[in-house]
Amino acid sequence: MSKQKEDMPREQAGEVSRRESFVKLGLGSLAVAGCGAAVFGYEFLSPNVLYEPSPIANVGKPDRFPQDSLTADTGSGIYIVHAAEGFYALSATCTHLGCLTAWKPELGIIACPCHGSKFNRQGTKVDGPAPKPLPWLKVWLSDEGDLLVDRSTVIPPNQYVRT
Amino acid sequence: MAKTVESYWNDLRETRAWRSIFRGAPGAGNLHSALAVQQNVFLHLASVKMRRKSLAFSATWYLGTLTLATFMILVGTGVLLMLYYHPSVPQAYADMKDLEFVVSAGLFLRNLHRWSAHAMVLLVFAHMFKVFYRGAYRPPREFNWVIGVILLLVTLFLSYTGYLLPWDQLAFWAITVGSNLISAVPLLGQKIRFLMLGGNTVNANALLRFYVLHCVILPFAAILFIAIHFWRIRKDGGLHTGIGDSAKESHG
Repeated sequence: MSKQKEDMPREQAGEVSRRESFVKLGLGSLAVAGCGAAVFGYEFLSPNVLYEPSPIANVGKPDRFPQDSLTADTGSGIYIVHAAEGFYALSATCTHLGCLTAWKPELGIIACPCHGSKFNRQGTKVDGPAPKPLPWLKVWLSDEGDLLVDRSTVIPPNQYVRT
Repeated sequence: MAKTVESYWNDLRETRAWRSIFRGAPGAGNLHSALAVQQNVFLHLASVKMRRKSLAFSATWYLGTLTLATFMILVGTGVLLMLYYHPSVPQAYADMKDLEFVVSAGLFLRNLHRWSAHAMVLLVFAHMFKVFYRGAYRPPREFNWVIGVILLLVTLFLSYTGYLLPWDQLAFWAITVGSNLISAVPLLGQKIRFLMLGGNTVNANALLRFYVLHCVILPFAAILFIAIHFWRIRKDGGLHTGIGDSAKESHG
C-alpha cells in the first residue's frame, strides 16, 4: 500500500483517487438499491386486499336475546349481553393470547380453554393470566331494527344500547 | 480360481466409467484415501483425515449425525406428503385425513414425518447439551456454536410452521397463540404478526405463507447452514474428541 502511495502523489495529498470514488459510488448505489428492495419487499409481503370477514356482525333482532342473558356467537367471536341496563357486546377473544373463550352458564363466568383466564359477564378478569378485561364492542341498531356489532371498534365499558 | 466379491469390486473400480465418476485412482494408502474424500462433493465437507475416536460408536450416539438423519427422513417424507397435500383452507384438513385413511402408506409417511420432527427437535437439544457440557463450543469452534444456534432456530421455525399445516383445531389455536406471542415484540410486534400471517387472522394467507416457509424457505436455509456447520467442523480441526488442549488445536 505504502509503495503505491509513493507512486501516486495525488493520494498523498489527501485526494480521492478515481478508482476509490467509483467504488464509493458503486457501494452507495448498492445501498440505495438495497433500501429500495427492502421497501419493495415489505410492500409486497403486506397484502393490500384482505378477504377476511367484515368486522361488522349482524346478530339479528334484539328480542332474540331474553332479559339477563348472555349469548355466545362463536362464529363472530362475540358475546351479546342483554342486561337490565340494556344491550352490550363483548369480544370473545381472550386478551391473553387470542383463544376463543367460552361462556359457562353453570358458573356464570366466561372461561378461556387455553390458559385458564376467567372473566365475569362485564368482561372483567376474575382469574388467570389475561392482562386486560374483555373489550366492549360498539353496538347499535340498524334502520331495520337489527343489532349490529363492530368487532373492530372497542368502546369504554358500561355503555348500553336500549331498544 | 473363483473370483471373490472383493476382486469384482476392485475390477469395477478400475473400469473407465467408475474412474470418470470417482476421480481418485484405485489403490490404497494415505494419499489415496485423502483424495477419495477430498474429490467427492458429498464427502469433501468432511476432514480428509480424522481420529478413529471421532468415528467410534459412542454413548452419545452421534447426536449431530442422528439430527442430520432425521432431517433427511423429514425431507424425503415431506416431499412425498406434498404430492397429496393442498395448502388451501377447504382442502388442507381433508387432505390430511386422506393421507391417514385413503392414501396407501400415507399414514406411515405422515407419522414418520411427525415423529421424525419430534425426534429432530429433541436431538438438536441433546446435541447442544452435549456440545455445551463437553466444552466443544470453545475456541476454535465458537463460530460453529453460533451456526448451531441458527440451526436450532431454523429447526424450531420448521416445527412451528409445520404445526399449522394439518389445519385442525390444535393447529389453528397453536398458531393463533404463537402469532399473538410475536405481537408482544415492542413497536414492531403487530407489523411482524401481520406480515407473518398475511392478514389479521390465521386464515388462507397464513396457511399458504406457512406452507411456503415450511416446504421451501426454511429447508433451504437449513441445508445451507448444515453445509456450513459440517464444513466448519473440518476447518476447526475436526470433531471435538477431548484429546489435546484447544490452544494446540487452534493452530492446527
